[in-house]
Amino acid sequence: MNRKMVFNFLGQIVKIEALMLLLPLAVAIFYREWMGVLSFAVTVLLALSVGFALTAFFKPESKLIYAKEGFVIVALSWILLSGIGALPFVISGDIPNYVDAFFETVSGFTTTGASILTNVEAMSRGMLFWRSFTHWVGGMGVLVFVMALVPSICDRSIHVMKAEMPGPIVGKLVPKVKQTAKILYLIYIFMTLVQVLLLLCGGMNLFESLVHAFGTAGTGGFGVKSDSIGGYSPYLQWVITVFMLLFGVNFNLYYLLLVRRFKSAFRSAELWCYLGIVAVSTGIIAVNIFPMYGGFSETLRNAAFQVSSVITTTGFSTVNFDLWPELSKAVLLLLMFIGACAGSTGGGLKISRVMMLFKMIGRELRKMLHPRAVEAVRFEGKKLDDQTLQSTSNYFAIYVVAFMAVFLLISFEPFSFETNFSAAAACYNNIGPGFGAVGPMGSFSGYSPFSKIVLSVAMLLGRLEIYPLIFTFSLSTWSKKQN
Amino acid sequence: MRMIVVGCGKIGTAVIASLAGEGYDVTAMDSDPEVVERLSTQYDVMTLCGNGADCDALTEVGVSGCDLFIASTASDELNMLSCFLARRMGAKHTIARIRNPEYNDKSLGFMRQQLDLSISINPEQLVAQEILNVLKFPSAVKVESFSRRNFEMIETRLDQNSVLDGLTVRQMREKYKAAYLICAVQREEQLFIPDGNFVLRSGDKIGITAAPQEMQKLMKMLGLLKKQVKSVMILGGGKTTYYLAKMLQNIGVSVKVIEKDLRCCQELSAILTGVIILQADGSHSDILMEEGLSSMDAFVALTGMDEENILSSISAFLQNVPKVISKVNREELCSLAVKIGLDCVVSPMEVTSNIIVRYARALENTDGSKVETLYKLMDGKAEALEFNVSEDLSFTGIPLKDLHLKKNILIAGIIRNRKPVIPSGFDSILPGDRVVILAADQRLQDLSDIMA
Repeated sequence: MNRKMVFNFLGQIVKIEALMLLLPLAVAIFYREWMGVLSFAVTVLLALSVGFALTAFFKPESKLIYAKEGFVIVALSWILLSGIGALPFVISGDIPNYVDAFFETVSGFTTTGASILTNVEAMSRGMLFWRSFTHWVGGMGVLVFVMALVPSICDRSIHVMKAEMPGPIVGKLVPKVKQTAKILYLIYIFMTLVQVLLLLCGGMNLFESLVHAFGTAGTGGFGVKSDSIGGYSPYLQWVITVFMLLFGVNFNLYYLLLVRRFKSAFRSAELWCYLGIVAVSTGIIAVNIFPMYGGFSETLRNAAFQVSSVITTTGFSTVNFDLWPELSKAVLLLLMFIGACAGSTGGGLKISRVMMLFKMIGRELRKMLHPRAVEAVRFEGKKLDDQTLQSTSNYFAIYVVAFMAVFLLISFEPFSFETNFSAAAACYNNIGPGFGAVGPMGSFSGYSPFSKIVLSVAMLLGRLEIYPLIFTFSLSTWSKKQN
Repeated sequence: MRMIVVGCGKIGTAVIASLAGEGYDVTAMDSDPEVVERLSTQYDVMTLCGNGADCDALTEVGVSGCDLFIASTASDELNMLSCFLARRMGAKHTIARIRNPEYNDKSLGFMRQQLDLSISINPEQLVAQEILNVLKFPSAVKVESFSRRNFEMIETRLDQNSVLDGLTVRQMREKYKAAYLICAVQREEQLFIPDGNFVLRSGDKIGITAAPQEMQKLMKMLGLLKKQVKSVMILGGGKTTYYLAKMLQNIGVSVKVIEKDLRCCQELSAILTGVIILQADGSHSDILMEEGLSSMDAFVALTGMDEENILSSISAFLQNVPKVISKVNREELCSLAVKIGLDCVVSPMEVTSNIIVRYARALENTDGSKVETLYKLMDGKAEALEFNVSEDLSFTGIPLKDLHLKKNILIAGIIRNRKPVIPSGFDSILPGDRVVILAADQRLQDLSDIMA
């Protein structure tokens, strides 16, 4: 393995993080939160020195990387980013415990939005801004961001992109990785700006508009209020609903729209399946919760908001959906696992994978009736090759196994089955709030440090789609004998 | 510039590698998902799995408005069809690989015109031509010609007791007077562009530019001139063999072809007359011996297997055959073959990608002094480029000694009115000239790129 290149890359990443930390630093200066200014400044200096030390110490002879290096770079950089990103919370004293701060930062970068804070309003503005900003960069991918900025950081950078971008098939929009990364980020920035403008029009102040737009764009879910979005006007709630759904769509489709290939964009089977699931779930929940709310519009708004928030794995809430009837909660729990479209900023299994799995089930069932039948599985109008199908079912198996492990490990806690199961699911699928003690009005503060670390790992597993972490922490990757 | 390559076999992959290396936006298309998958991780290109003659697939890769469309599948007909479709759908330039001898005769011009092809490429024929150049001039390991053969560049290796060993380039020029220029020296892995004080050593591979007659004169003086090849044994009976045998016959060389497959032999014998065709397994050296390998002037290994070519070349080399040439496709095997003493290695992929890269660079530069010819020299470490000097070049008429050239650039020759001039510091470049430039570690598009 090209270790020098791996650590050199990490150094570059940390330098970029130092750059990103300048934004919350500016916010802290603006609001005259001197404690925040100090903690961000210290962290920036620290990140810079770590970054420059890494790049100075590890000078790669060759910039060539393969799939293995791609996985390791992605996993290690996400861990390192979270490790450093947690420091401002600890230094400023907003979150005195490092494990808590790490959990919060991982939750930010992985766009989970699960929080250990019991009183969000007590946090300083700089910290709130940083927390949400991590959603924004984590959503599209930190390394993709780096690749868009830094010229020719390594050869075959597609391996890094493949490891970081979620979804069964990672395709490029244009021939070059760097250009693809740039286009993705430009679309992302543009959509975020539009949302900020629409929120401003609804009377939200600039700071809160930015924070909520970051949370929506990354499908994260950190807000600034204890009741999340509940206190805002119906207009603002609808804006956020629509944008959550938009950010849950495969970004390739936006590129197709951009190059005026409308037909191919609207022919996407995944898109229609996604919208269909949203519509049906909203319908079921609306009927189910109708008796709890007064009017039709309020019921629909709450149902649509919650469905969008969960399926895109954002995790905002307008009401305490923990109090909803069991049927609605069951639907939401299922949506947690399905997740958003591949190639979006959302988490979960991804709609396209679920569709492929169902198509495979169909094929196998038909094969039992007609053992000699030869049938191709088609997706988006194309035959899927066996390799993709196999890796999809393989991913599903490993997804289930990893979930079981996480669930079992946090079951030592003295919480109800519902709380633990939904906590594991909410972290693993990068949603944020679950049910019971970790519901929209609760927090993860009751968990022990051990469980917090397990859940942090779960969030990383969910965001990076498991493989990078497995390879990074298996000895054979690092052993010299097998290289 | 946006380019599309359809058909990613050996040649297609080589083309993709060099175009992506040049920094173009390349989209690769192949019908085999495994090939597509491999390409997408190996090179920074976009990939698509599909048939190159399928309009939907062509639309999806964005054929309309693409700058260059290259079809290099195994089938000539598919290449022609997909280039035709691509051109109709709005590709600006198309290149098709057409290698079947039946298409590469008089009808080629007509077909190219009707299909609106920019150029057609026949790697087999190009390789045969390159081998022929070397067979005609056996002292060289490689011969490249510029400006319709008015000017040549040869690569030759100085052997153990070369008369040049220990001489500086200046001493050599004084001792052997002719119009030539030593433009590059490769010593082990390093490439030098020598000045007058550079000391030559045996074992060096040197590049010399000169007019053909001057080159002959120099070689004679150096005692490097080997007699022209009279008899050649060719191993393998593919299309390259056909082209090469035909060319050799035209210059009166006797040719013996050894091919394993009976069908291939029969096909060859139907279209080649006066060539001895033997059906035998050439990997057995006793068969080669029986057919008189040791008395041959040259041995050329042209089978489809790189390994077989290298091994049989080694056995010919050990039989002291004066000239041994082997065709090797894979780049890493090329350098391996050179390391074990097989100097003369031709690679179809290199030949093809040279032409396509030259074409692409010329496309980029529509109105300056364009690249006319491009060769990769010294294992790809340097490039020799021929430019046509346009009227508006800024430094015409200035003596070369007053020009500030970039590092690792050498003006290797000027061809004025078809007469080559070996440039000295007092010569200058004039509009209408053709200029041959040698460049190491850089990518020239326009003649003006040589100025610092």
